[in-house]
Amino acid sequence: MSGLPVSEEALIERYGPHLNRTPPGGWDAEVETDRVVDTHCCFCGQQCGIRLKVRDDRVVGFEPRYDFPFNEGKLCPKGVKRYLQGSHPDRLLQPLERDPSAPTGFRAVTWDHALDRTANEIRRIQGEYGADSFAVLSGVSISNEKSYLMGKFARLGIGTANLDYNGRLCMVSAGAAGKKALGIDRAANPWSDIPLAEVVFVAGANIAECAPITTSYIWKARDRGAKLIVMDPRVTPAARTADVFLGVRPGTDLAVLEAMLHILIERDWLDHRFIADHTNGFDEAAEAVKGATPAWAAEISGVPAARIEQAAELWGTATTGMLLHARGIEHHTKGVDNVLACINLGLATGKYGKPGCGVNTITGQGNGQGGREHGHKCDQLPGNRDIDNPEHREHVASVWGCDASEIPGKGLTAQEIMDAIHSGEIKGLLSICFNPLVSLPDANFTREALDRLEHYAVIDFFLSETAAHADVVLPGSLHEEDEGTVTTLEGRVVKVNQAIPPPGEARRDWEIICDLAARLGQGRYFEYTSTEEIFDELRRASRGGTADYSGITWKRVVEEQGVFWPCPEEGHPGTPRLYEGGRFYHPDGRARFIPTPWRESSETPDEEYPIYLTTGRVISQYLSGTQTRRIGALVDQYPEPLCEIHPRLADQLGVEDGDLVLLTSRRGSMTAPAKVVSSIRPDTVFVPYHWPGEKSINLLTKRALDPISKIPEFKVSAVRVEKVEGHGDVFDDRDLTLHGERS
Amino acid sequence: MTLAIDPATAVFAIDHSRCIGCRACVQACAECDTHRGVSLIHLDTVDRMASTQTIPMVCMHCEDPTCAEVCPADAIKQNEDGVVQSSLKPRCIGCSNCVYACPFGIPKYISSFDQMMKCDMCYDRTSDGLKPMCASVCPSEALWYGSTEQFESERTGALVREWSFGRQEVRTKVAIVAVEAGPVDVFIGRRPIPWLEDPFGLEESA
Repeated sequence: MSGLPVSEEALIERYGPHLNRTPPGGWDAEVETDRVVDTHCCFCGQQCGIRLKVRDDRVVGFEPRYDFPFNEGKLCPKGVKRYLQGSHPDRLLQPLERDPSAPTGFRAVTWDHALDRTANEIRRIQGEYGADSFAVLSGVSISNEKSYLMGKFARLGIGTANLDYNGRLCMVSAGAAGKKALGIDRAANPWSDIPLAEVVFVAGANIAECAPITTSYIWKARDRGAKLIVMDPRVTPAARTADVFLGVRPGTDLAVLEAMLHILIERDWLDHRFIADHTNGFDEAAEAVKGATPAWAAEISGVPAARIEQAAELWGTATTGMLLHARGIEHHTKGVDNVLACINLGLATGKYGKPGCGVNTITGQGNGQGGREHGHKCDQLPGNRDIDNPEHREHVASVWGCDASEIPGKGLTAQEIMDAIHSGEIKGLLSICFNPLVSLPDANFTREALDRLEHYAVIDFFLSETAAHADVVLPGSLHEEDEGTVTTLEGRVVKVNQAIPPPGEARRDWEIICDLAARLGQGRYFEYTSTEEIFDELRRASRGGTADYSGITWKRVVEEQGVFWPCPEEGHPGTPRLYEGGRFYHPDGRARFIPTPWRESSETPDEEYPIYLTTGRVISQYLSGTQTRRIGALVDQYPEPLCEIHPRLADQLGVEDGDLVLLTSRRGSMTAPAKVVSSIRPDTVFVPYHWPGEKSINLLTKRALDPISKIPEFKVSAVRVEKVEGHGDVFDDRDLTLHGERS
Repeated sequence: MTLAIDPATAVFAIDHSRCIGCRACVQACAECDTHRGVSLIHLDTVDRMASTQTIPMVCMHCEDPTCAEVCPADAIKQNEDGVVQSSLKPRCIGCSNCVYACPFGIPKYISSFDQMMKCDMCYDRTSDGLKPMCASVCPSEALWYGSTEQFESERTGALVREWSFGRQEVRTKVAIVAVEAGPVDVFIGRRPIPWLEDPFGLEESA
């Protein structure tokens, strides 16, 4: 296979993204509904409760879900308009097969044909090139049940070691650091602990746009007198009123965090008793930050030393404190070290296991927490077990009814799978819920890789930019078309309820997987008759693991508005706050200080590429935009990527608001209108990443991975910025008309 | 579920410092059953080059509404809970007097409906004890609706309901949150945040 089957324009004409602006029947339709279904938003890791209004098996609107304790009715604009993804003209309704002779590039085929062909290709490729030459890429916008099933399917259905997931682009640095230092990978606290903190430290998290509801928790803390520290290269909307702002150069957070530990030690703002009773390794960590003076960190990070001292004082002298971090410190080749440095600040001051105390990652993806626990990571089995551990393999094999030797070993991570496709080691791919052409770094490389596959099968509900490269497309289910559980950024397992059946010939994802397994001759491992059966098997498989769900039933999840894992037996109340009494999850019950010596990012500015590029998200789009770039009201809010640039840098380049700028890195280039704002560092530009093709900032980002978590360094690249001919459309919100469309 | 908030005594508070500009309020307003597809809330970006500050504005629901006073067709009514409603369709002549007269710039003349429409505090919801759409969804609680007791026990800031526009004195049902009680001079504004003058320490020695 090479290239797209037909032109990009022809694909877009048929498969979109088209903009859906109105509910089924139009705005004037009858507002009476057949039923209202309590469920959750399909987007970010907060998994806000929402009520979907259904008429004639179509989702026609929403109601705030006031009774769900996390968000009490609150929603961001994506949540408000999420219902418009259903009944969408782009929705895939039939299995498709690549056909360059068809005007749209694909022809509709029967399920039998699509599944037979996929199964045959899997076995042909494996027969020809070896078992691991066929890879699986999964995603974490899917439920716990599906995440679990994808892990089992790759290992037992296909029999490949090469299975990984797009959480690799999201939370893995936090997960790896948590396991190393604390023995477990989960947020330390329920969010209800945030208002109890005297100081809240937001490190590398644009919460206003990426976890908007969390803003309300921080204000609740501030209403009770809490101080707010924010560390970010941009004055984000939630940073605007912070007490201390640490405006770091991209990639230098570690220097600031180390200097903070240095100050805590020097000023003796330490919890000596906590350190002695509940931790190991303090002396080594202290030794490592001996030279990390505020002046040293100021030189590296560009943050005035006095502000670092202020931040350390606020954190060190407060009795309670919550540190919240996200991709801003995690998307780095030292992402794990950045998180470990945050954990060290928590451990040094005893801020763990108590109300209002903890260091937490703000998980990004919809099921970013649950999806990283139950075995569709390359090194993991359900219950957050280790695929290399013989006892763990035995336990899971006993639940699966197979021999432990049938479970393949550790495979490649997501970016490494793409690298291996590019180099020809991997010849076949099945993906679900993953749009790597938009979301992986170095998009030109990803495109080249996709075109080298001998067979590519996709399960998805829309034809994403990556799916357009597929040989077979299997129409799966939207969030509202199946039931199951997801685990929120708090570690709370919640129930997603089915609002409508999958439309047309589309099917629930797990049924597709089970059918495919049967065609691969492994049907005996996949004989489920309901989604709940998969959950019950997941519970057994997780028993005794760190992510123990065995006491959690669907019934409890519904009745209790969610249950926090670990929950090892049915009478167990669940564990909203981890580490109570200073008990950590290593066998000796103690946490580990891990030294994190300073090191530079993989690429820093030089004469040829003198400006930092950092990337991220905007409020109105979700990840690779497969869903949100199809919803008119969301696209209107921020239609295309803009390049945020400081007035000082803009002056140097002769650039005014709206002028087109050409950004070039060692990988590629893109053009975007400049948005001149004083909220970004003058040595840095920011571009959001939700768009494909020529509008993809991932044409410029680098395939540089953290050595432990294998997360790509999305947050730091070196670029050249030049003014080019033309003027873009930098509108502001006042240009939106009353109907939500741009004038 | 009903939240059982009494609309006659409820507090609707706007705290601009908390606004994150996400437009959830704008999107949710258009989902209200009484004016589906049309958003009536205002969300303004003040000066994006200078700041991320954004300003959401709902109708302030004046005690003596200027919009109603200047309406030649007597089309704008205030109900027993003090909520000032959109123009009555049979009466509105589309003259836009109200649009020009409102000291807060709230009413909109909407040509496709040929009438003035404005925020009615989601009376279909609030009369049922629910929150208005915008204050239901607002992620940062910059738009907040609840009882006085709840506001006083949970939130900081003083509620400002009295306004001077030149010689015109206006008292409103909706309140703006100020740092502390007493007169606020809009040209001086809130308590200054020292770092905000120079967020990246460009003038400080690093």
